[in-house]
Order: sequence, then structure tokens, then C-alpha cells
Amino acid sequence: MLKTFTRLLIPLTLLCIQANAELVIDVQGVAKPTPVAIVPFGWEGQAPDMPLDIAAVITSDLKRSGRFAPIDESKMLQKPTDGSDVDFQDWGFVGVEAVVVGKVIQSGANAYTLQFQLFDTFGRRQLIGYRMPASRGTMRGAAHRAADMIYEKLTGIKGVFGTKVAYVTALQQGKERLYSLIVSDQDGENEHKIMESKDPIMSPAWSPDSRQLAYVSFEGSKSAIFVQTLRSGNRFQVSGNPGINGAPAFSPDGRKLVVTLGGVNGNPDIYVLDITSRQTKRLTTHRAIDTEGTWSPDGRYIYFTSDRSGGPQIYRISANGGTPERITFEGSYNARPRLSPDGTRLAMVHNDRGNFRIAVMNIARKDLLVLSSGQQDESPSFAPNSDILIYATRQRGNGVLETVSADGLIRQKMASGRGDVREPVWSPFPRF
Amino acid sequence: MSYFKIFAIALLSVFLVACQGNTIPDPEPTDTTYGSDDGADTSGTGGDGLGAGEFFDDTVEALGTVIYFDFDSSEVRAQDQDLVAGHAIQLNDNSFANVRLEGHADERGSREYNIGLGERRAQAVRQMLMIQGVKASQIQTVSFGEERAVALGSSESDYAQNRRVEIKYTN
Repeated sequence: MLKTFTRLLIPLTLLCIQANAELVIDVQGVAKPTPVAIVPFGWEGQAPDMPLDIAAVITSDLKRSGRFAPIDESKMLQKPTDGSDVDFQDWGFVGVEAVVVGKVIQSGANAYTLQFQLFDTFGRRQLIGYRMPASRGTMRGAAHRAADMIYEKLTGIKGVFGTKVAYVTALQQGKERLYSLIVSDQDGENEHKIMESKDPIMSPAWSPDSRQLAYVSFEGSKSAIFVQTLRSGNRFQVSGNPGINGAPAFSPDGRKLVVTLGGVNGNPDIYVLDITSRQTKRLTTHRAIDTEGTWSPDGRYIYFTSDRSGGPQIYRISANGGTPERITFEGSYNARPRLSPDGTRLAMVHNDRGNFRIAVMNIARKDLLVLSSGQQDESPSFAPNSDILIYATRQRGNGVLETVSADGLIRQKMASGRGDVREPVWSPFPRF
Repeated sequence: MSYFKIFAIALLSVFLVACQGNTIPDPEPTDTTYGSDDGADTSGTGGDGLGAGEFFDDTVEALGTVIYFDFDSSEVRAQDQDLVAGHAIQLNDNSFANVRLEGHADERGSREYNIGLGERRAQAVRQMLMIQGVKASQIQTVSFGEERAVALGSSESDYAQNRRVEIKYTN
């Protein structure tokens, strides 16, 4: 099975040439997005039109990254679908630095091949040539993968267009609110409702293999933590103790959850819960609020929020227990820590002169960078490439999602669905 | 539901005194009001046409069921202490009655931390009830944090309405 799969992914040509200097985006300062051209894809099949406008998906991905400015189709002097027809002089004249051409070839009732090439117009050479199989159902995913490869070749940063986000929506219906847990592609397309309830749903968290989500549900007016398998929809309750059951986050090996349990006497502390055996190990015992635990990517530490010093600040403790160490000192309110997958940065909700904003701390340098500009920004979550974050902000009283590059330079509002959208969490990289 | 009959009688005076209370409780009712329900002033309740449970609900409603908190505080304010005392009497007199204390926070800050703040408020009310003799087994707490705001705006007065504990009788 795996063999067949890899055989189908034969690269047309794999040129291991480093990207041209002009094409590498300066991550420190994207004053001007790089002009590129994504030529409409050719179609070789029975139906009059191809199942999905591949070029449109790639164009939208690159545009939303903020690092590229795809030119309008009307400005293209030529629309080749094969690399051999690309006239570098024409493209240089239009001023684009890179060109993508390709086509979709139908090979069966629901079998297609997506083929594309990426060219450096100034260096006059091919940077990528790739061909991948697709069905109608996987066509969009294949287009996102193509965009990921193009993005990585041109920027040196791994693309996240093929990843997903999970989030919670609340929709007011008369006197009641309907809460939904949604999983969609990172561009907001392809929404799937995972769970729906008239009671609040909170704190979704991805398993490291992207197959499961843990979340908190208040069904029956009490809190409980569930783990749900996305494909089957099956779920099981892993924690339903008296008082708080909250803030789940998977361990890097996927076998444990860090959770917050409050108990009958309501003292929220950090626990590690073994998902299979349901056994818990208590890590903190302080009478303050200890919550919002999250694992460091190497599995050694658990970072969490605690107000043991008065206001909430971020601490870390060895995943085996021990004495917590305070991590944040700047400002009166730092909460909801999330580490970048590369382990170098810590995102948090930070009170910035009365506004709750997303800030990122460089762990080695300890300096804090405020990334967002709202008043009630919350729930930061890193993309798996550690380069972008997603978080919730408010727009005319409703929660909407925004992404921001980790350097704070590129901020994008995500197309929002209906209702109040909150608690976005970015999935890990998909495993092919 | 039969236990309602027993205490419905005892609660008449409370009902009569505190009948206007709706959302924010009237701080007027005094200790003597609550202290006098020893079953003496009891005649006539059977004939008012109300079901006993309904009468109980009205009584609880009249006491007030929402306690508000200051910013970043879980301290029950002086004017709400009689309200809590009133519920302590209900629960002491009716050992089969149970309450769920639902703690809430305003929307500022992070959601799970706000769950902690809401729980702290629910626990403050729980402690106050227990000091006045209510059994731990009669009380359940849940914190909804900022998830169940009643005022959806972002002004100080909206926040003040959302920082609360709701007392809900569960049987």
C-alpha cells in the first residue's frame, strides 16, 4: 500500500537548487510582498471543466500568507500550462519573480493527476516539478500541498496550507446558545461539525497525530473532558470528577493529557492523566489557581498559568513534578501559555495597558513582543511551522479569528462563519 | 417531591417579606425574618392553590438567587450575606434539598483562567453556606467562567452583571 503510494508520487524532476536570493523573502521585514504568477491550470479530461480551480486555491493560499502578491490573470501575457512553453522574458517584463504552471489530467472515473512546475523568472530555471494523484475528494488537499511546496521553496519556511484548525462557535438562537466544535482547513474551507451542544464547549486540543481532539463539555451542567476520534466520531469521557475538569493538552507522545482538576473544594491544580489507564498524577498543590497546562515539545516540562503570586503569570514544572519555576515577569497578567513547536517561543495572553493581547516571548532572550492590537484577544495557537499564530479577537462584539506571523509583521483576518468564533487551535502537520 | 410540603409551611414568612426581589437582591431582609420560621406561623398555606414545589420555587426566587462580585474578587459583599444566610436556612431545614452553585466571570482575560475565577466565587458561597451548617453533600459547584455571560456588551456594567454566582436548586 505504502509502496504504491510512494510510487505515485514520483517527482517529475527534483532539482536541488537553492532558491534564488531575490526570491527568498526577508522574514524580518516584509515591506513588499513578492509578485508571483499562478497561471490557470490546464485541463485534460472528459468533462468540460476540471473538478476544482487549482490555480485559485494556490493563489489564495499564497496571497493570504502576506508574503506574496499573485498578479491578476488579466495581466498575464501568456497562459502556458506546461513548463516548456514558459517565456521568461515575458514574465520578467510583467515583473513577477516566480511563475507556477500546471494541469490536471483525468485518468479514470474519479482518478486525476495534478501536475505543476515552479519557475524562477530571473534565474530562468525550474525550481520544482511535481506530479501527484488525486480524486475529487482529495483535490483541494492536493492543491494545498502544491502551495506548501511552492511556499517552502520560495521562503525556506515550511508551508501550513495543508493543515487544519479546530475552533468553537457559539450561535445565539432566541434565548439559547448553540455551541459547536468545528474542524476546517486552515483557510476556513471544508468545515466539519464535530460536536454540537446547548451547553458550553471549551478548550479543544489536537492529538499529535491529528486524529483526535480533546475538549471540555458542560453537558448536564457539569464539566467533563472528552477525547473524540475525528474520522469515526466516537468519543469517550476521560475525566468527569466533581468540580473543574478543564484545559486538556496532549503530551508529545499522545498517550497523556495535562488537565486541570478542581475537586469538590475547588482548588484548580495541574494533573497528568494517562489516557488509557485513566490514572492521574498531581503535579501542583498550591491553593492558587493553577491551570492551562501545556507540554514543551521535548516533553520535559509543563508550562501553566498560576496566580500564586497575585495575578496570573506563567510557570513551568518538570513533567515528573517538582518545584515550579516562574517564567513571565513583564506585566500584571500573563496567561494561557502555548509553546512554538520548535520550542523557541512562548505565546500567551498578555495585559498590555488594559488590553488583553497576544504576546510572544523568546524563551532564550526573555523579551516579549506584543503581536495583536485588539482589546480582548485570546487563545493563541502556533501553526506547526512555528512561523504563524492563530488567535481569537473581537469585531463588532463577535469573536473572529486572526492569524499573525510570529514576527508580528503580517496579520490576516480569517473569513468568519456565523456566530461567535473562539478558541482556535492549529493542527499538527498532516502525516501522509 | 413530598419534602416540599414540610418546608413550604415554614417558608411562608420569608416569602411574604422578600417578595419583590428579582435580580439584584434587596438587602433589607433581616436575620429575624429568616430566624422565625420554626413552623409556628403556618396556617393556610395548603389552601392557596399553588403546588408545594411551585411555592418553594417562588420562595427561593424571592430570596434572590444571584450574587454579584467586585472586579477580581471572590468575596461575598456585605449586602449579599443575608441572601446567602437565607439559602442556608432553606438547606438546613430541608436536608433533601440540593443546590448547584454556578460561578461566572466576566469576559476579560483567558477562558480557562476565568473558569478558575468562577469556581473561586462558587466556592466562596459554598464555604459561607457550610459555615452556617449546610452539609457538603447538599452543594455542588460548577464554573462556567465567561461562557455564559448574561450581558453581552463590553462595558463595566456588563462585566459587573457577569461576575456572579447563581444558586440553583436541583431537586
